[in-house]
Amino acid sequence: MPLLDVRNLRVEFPTRRGTLVAVDDVSFSIEPGEVLGVVGESGAGKSITGAAIIRLIEPPGRIAGGEIWLDGRRIDTLPPERMRSVRGREIGAIFQDPLTTLNPLYTIGRQLAETMQTHLGLGAKEARARAIRWLEEVGIPAAAERIDAYPHQFSGGMRQRVVIALALCAEPKLVIADEPTTALDVSIQAQVIALLKRLCRDHGTAVMLITHDMGVIAETADRVAVMYAGRIAEIGPVREVVKHPRHPYTEGLMGSIPPLSHRVRRLAQIEGAMPRLTDIPPGCAFNPRCPRAFDRCRRDRPELMATDGPNRAACWLHDPSSRDEALGHAA
Amino acid sequence: MLAFIVSRLLQAIPVMLTVSLISFAMFAYVGDPVTIMLGQDYTEAQREALVRELGLDQPFFVQFVEFLQNVLRGDFGISYRLGRPVADLILERLPATLELALTAALLALLVGVPLGVYTGLYRDSWLSRVFLTVSLIGVSLPTFLIGILLILVFAVILGWLPSFGRGETVTIGWWSTGLLTASGLKALILPAVTLGLYQMTLIMRLVRSEMLEVLRTDYIKFARARGLPDRIVHFGHALKNTLVPVITITGLQLGAIIAFAIVTETVFQWPGMGLLFIQAVANADIPIMAAYLMLIALLFVVINLIVDLLYYAVDPRLRSGLVASSGR
Repeated sequence: MPLLDVRNLRVEFPTRRGTLVAVDDVSFSIEPGEVLGVVGESGAGKSITGAAIIRLIEPPGRIAGGEIWLDGRRIDTLPPERMRSVRGREIGAIFQDPLTTLNPLYTIGRQLAETMQTHLGLGAKEARARAIRWLEEVGIPAAAERIDAYPHQFSGGMRQRVVIALALCAEPKLVIADEPTTALDVSIQAQVIALLKRLCRDHGTAVMLITHDMGVIAETADRVAVMYAGRIAEIGPVREVVKHPRHPYTEGLMGSIPPLSHRVRRLAQIEGAMPRLTDIPPGCAFNPRCPRAFDRCRRDRPELMATDGPNRAACWLHDPSSRDEALGHAA
Repeated sequence: MLAFIVSRLLQAIPVMLTVSLISFAMFAYVGDPVTIMLGQDYTEAQREALVRELGLDQPFFVQFVEFLQNVLRGDFGISYRLGRPVADLILERLPATLELALTAALLALLVGVPLGVYTGLYRDSWLSRVFLTVSLIGVSLPTFLIGILLILVFAVILGWLPSFGRGETVTIGWWSTGLLTASGLKALILPAVTLGLYQMTLIMRLVRSEMLEVLRTDYIKFARARGLPDRIVHFGHALKNTLVPVITITGLQLGAIIAFAIVTETVFQWPGMGLLFIQAVANADIPIMAAYLMLIALLFVVINLIVDLLYYAVDPRLRSGLVASSGR
């Protein structure tokens, strides 16, 4: 049984000019202890998918359809107070910018202790002792003294370590990490990713790693989901998606990463830009930018379907009935 | 910390000197105290004697230095109209004004902050809309009108509360308090509501807009993502982050409440400093006006110092900046 099972999730933002569908019919699952990478451009719906799982979508956004199951229990229908005890305790969260994620007016020790006291029913003394152990575990030097320091007394990298400790301190089974390294110096990024990876392996925590950095995904994730305009374009084991992408969009993404092995004259780039949510074209959302689009792509919207490999891709190229048409187009 | 307090006190000296200069200048340029004190019939000899007695024949700066020396000894001169030491008159009136102002400020805080939090949290509920609409009235109606309306309703029509005065008072040392008698408390209600209503609506609207701001921040979202109960998120994490601007405004408003209790005290014939001041203005009783001006300036200086100290208590970021700058 998967740890997290998201089925046909749909998130809408009602606006004055009509309803925006930010996440459209997204399904995926995460096994216990697994790291699922979620990549895509900004606006592809990756962060909103993460926020929807812990039910922290900014209003007026709302979950308009689908089901979310955690450990065999449906959580998208839980009453608010029950959902609150899922957050932190069963699903931890790591946010993008460590400079704004910590409350500036409380010591980090207090923020750690209150989280553990809320979820684990610890006394103040025990919570403090554990807070010091967590700070040691995320690599804060002189943790016993630093525990009474305020967030502004830490560097960005150190603050993100504190955020990681906060996300993991109630021992959740899943952590949703939304761009955990984007706001950090490049030199710090690798350290923080390595730390997150090690801690989650040690504690058996599954991770949903949301990022636009394919490099981070390639070295961290077990599987990867590529999102485009609110939908999953391709999902599969990370090696396969990186080495043998089955969706033209993924192919384009991979082509835009500079290889280290040899020099290239010019990086491949995908022509055009992702459509705004207000005017997603009919058919496949990627069709205006797709070098291999054919008639059906402009007409029908593809669901995720089996390919010749372990990946599944939302692309008509992999549909047996349209393959002839696609080949005819190519010829 | 101590260095900070000392530096702020040093900064207060030029402020107080300037204010006392202005106060003193009133003696020289506002009206002629001699003619006021002598009344209709007097001889030239009487006039000159009085001028000498009051020291008005001395050069301006000699008079000013003497004035300062007297002020430092707590001697603010003698009221032209009442013929009594100004210091005594003010000390008599001070408790009435302070009790009224502090009650009004407390009322404004105790009602304004919770209403601000409520309307910030549930900004679309109908109750919030009611509070906001009513608060517009509090912001826009002039104080004297509110006072008169309250008197009309609660004193004249309903007859529940007295329309003027302070009720019975009890004297503890030199402090006369109306807080210990039933009639004193009853008499306090209408003036305190009148005086505090504007501040209350101001604080409510301020807390509300600060709450809306803070609730959008990442650390509040993260606090929710950590599964903290709403009570802790709203009244701990969020409210505490709204406090710095609220403390600033409340501090300034407390000064304003004390200084501008004049209107309320006039409407309710409240025997405080404001009433003393307005009567002094009507009679060009300059020693009282000068002393009042300096006292209000001192109050603002003290309140600002307290406000600054409260910042440091609330916000650790300012605290470490303070350590760094005072260590230099």
